[in-house]
Amino acid sequence: MSFYDVYIKYRNFDLDKVFRSNSPVSIQPILERDRLDLDHFIYLLSPQAENFLESMAQKAQAITRNNFGNTVQLYTPMYLSNYCDNSCAYCGFNFNNNIERRKLNPEEVDQEAQYIHSLGLKHILILTGESRGESPVSYIKDCVRILKKYFSSISIEVYPLTVNEYTQLVNEGVDGLTIYQETYDDSLYAKIHVYGPKKDYKFRIDAPERGAEAGMRSISIGTLFGLGEWRREVFILGLHAKYLQDKFPEAEIGISVPRIQPQVGGFKPVSPVSDRNIAQTILALRIFLPRLGISLSTRENPEFREGLIPLGITKISAASTTAVGGHTIGGKTSQFEIQDRRNVDEIKIMLERKGYQSVFKDWLQI
Amino acid sequence: MEDLLEIAGEEIGNRLFIGTGKFSSYSIMKQSLGAAKAEVATVALRRVDPDSKNENIMDFVPESCRVMINTSGARNADEAIRIARLAKAAGAGNWIKIEVIRDNKYLLPDNLETLKAVETLVREGFVVFPYMSPDLSMGRRMAEAGAAAVMPLGSPIGSNRGVKTRELIEIMINEINLPIIVDAGLGRPSEACECMELGSAAVLVNTAIAVSNDPVKMAKAFSESVYAGRLAYLSGIPAIEKTASASSPLTGFLRDKK
Repeated sequence: MSFYDVYIKYRNFDLDKVFRSNSPVSIQPILERDRLDLDHFIYLLSPQAENFLESMAQKAQAITRNNFGNTVQLYTPMYLSNYCDNSCAYCGFNFNNNIERRKLNPEEVDQEAQYIHSLGLKHILILTGESRGESPVSYIKDCVRILKKYFSSISIEVYPLTVNEYTQLVNEGVDGLTIYQETYDDSLYAKIHVYGPKKDYKFRIDAPERGAEAGMRSISIGTLFGLGEWRREVFILGLHAKYLQDKFPEAEIGISVPRIQPQVGGFKPVSPVSDRNIAQTILALRIFLPRLGISLSTRENPEFREGLIPLGITKISAASTTAVGGHTIGGKTSQFEIQDRRNVDEIKIMLERKGYQSVFKDWLQI
Repeated sequence: MEDLLEIAGEEIGNRLFIGTGKFSSYSIMKQSLGAAKAEVATVALRRVDPDSKNENIMDFVPESCRVMINTSGARNADEAIRIARLAKAAGAGNWIKIEVIRDNKYLLPDNLETLKAVETLVREGFVVFPYMSPDLSMGRRMAEAGAAAVMPLGSPIGSNRGVKTRELIEIMINEINLPIIVDAGLGRPSEACECMELGSAAVLVNTAIAVSNDPVKMAKAFSESVYAGRLAYLSGIPAIEKTASASSPLTGFLRDKK
């Protein structure tokens, strides 16, 4: 049994019917509960619950404070390679796009790492496109060996791997895995992943649990907002996160809900998601799963990011670039456009102003 | 005579231990430790950053405060042992609070793995404080393995639910010949006071102080409440009677002279 089986069970679940059958009188009884079941989560996601976002926010803030304190952890992404064998309609690294392709060599990895380290950041997320030829697991391992000198925690956001491959990376010093399903709607998934190994929906949806099985300490999953219908996507995402928490209690499970931003190729969102929708998503997930990590990327603009922080955010990225070698090598081709270009000190000052401590280091290589 | 808690040859006057996570800034944390006149602070090694470009937590622990490193993040005995050794190598001393948590939902400790870590680390000369779910047999085993104190939880970390495990903690206080330090779940000063009245040797508080609107004032409130609870315990708290005890409804017929 894997999460794919759970997905199949809920694939045709009639969410709208539950929304319709719910009495929209008050959300208060749900907010007063210690533990929520699936029906409560669905109600928090419902169109009716949109009228209660402020009460949900008060509750979400209290839960987040008790569980994570007045702290937000900082990290930054580092792109190692943008070679990709996939043609995904929404992605700037789509192999059909005529962009400059590059991959960092060991000296360049060291140079980028030194720079990011000099900013004070200790948690790094490394990314590659999906190309087993250009960025094989052995290449990722070589990079991790270099990065270990500079960072306390190394997470990967690469193509899905086998348990054995994840284990090799854990043994090399990787402690976190980020892998987004993009959309849980398998028919839409088939349509927008036009060509390439990423077409394998099942291999991807079960990747997070393979990572957990291999001993990854933290697992982050997500859906790319703008593809599938958002309420449905968040419903399955919530199920997925809960499934992982239940099956791997020793792992820290986190989510992210990045929203599609302009990129090379000019893909337009299939189903747009508003700011209110994102807020409701974060609130519903926080109240349903109090211990869930929630991270917020620089895809969103500064003002919106700041507003979301007290609603349940536990990690944010800073000083981001989505180009290979974007910090020091002069890589220009971005996977997507970032909206918040503030540097580490500016983010730190913003957090202080809002009453949060920036946590730069929250793990150690042991 | 001054009432001091003696652990591993050290004498501790203030029985409120404070955890250093969750504060909105290190400077607020430092002020809170100061306001409470705390003498013991726990610090997670995962947060310690000696070569930090930013701030290092250790620089904000007042000199009068003894640091007890905790093994937060350890999922088994082996990881806890490695974290303890790294702490010692980094010069953070040999007082170590063992936290082994394999459950990220409730953050409840794994007593068996904790015991294994205690056995090894005691042999290596650490002063070991195991954080545990309250359980008499396990507490006894921790004591036999050489723990300096045991730290049963009042309720899950960060829950502010108070001393939900009171009955089990009372048994441990009565039966285990080591300081019992109630750790986790205390949400208000009166609950810390309650633990001290029961005979706990100390309590450890973090969340309730760190996330209150005024952590500095709250730290002081906890400190005074812990002191009050301790004084009450030492004074001998009169037993609770459910009824008034003036009459003798069952033995009033006995008219013989005593």
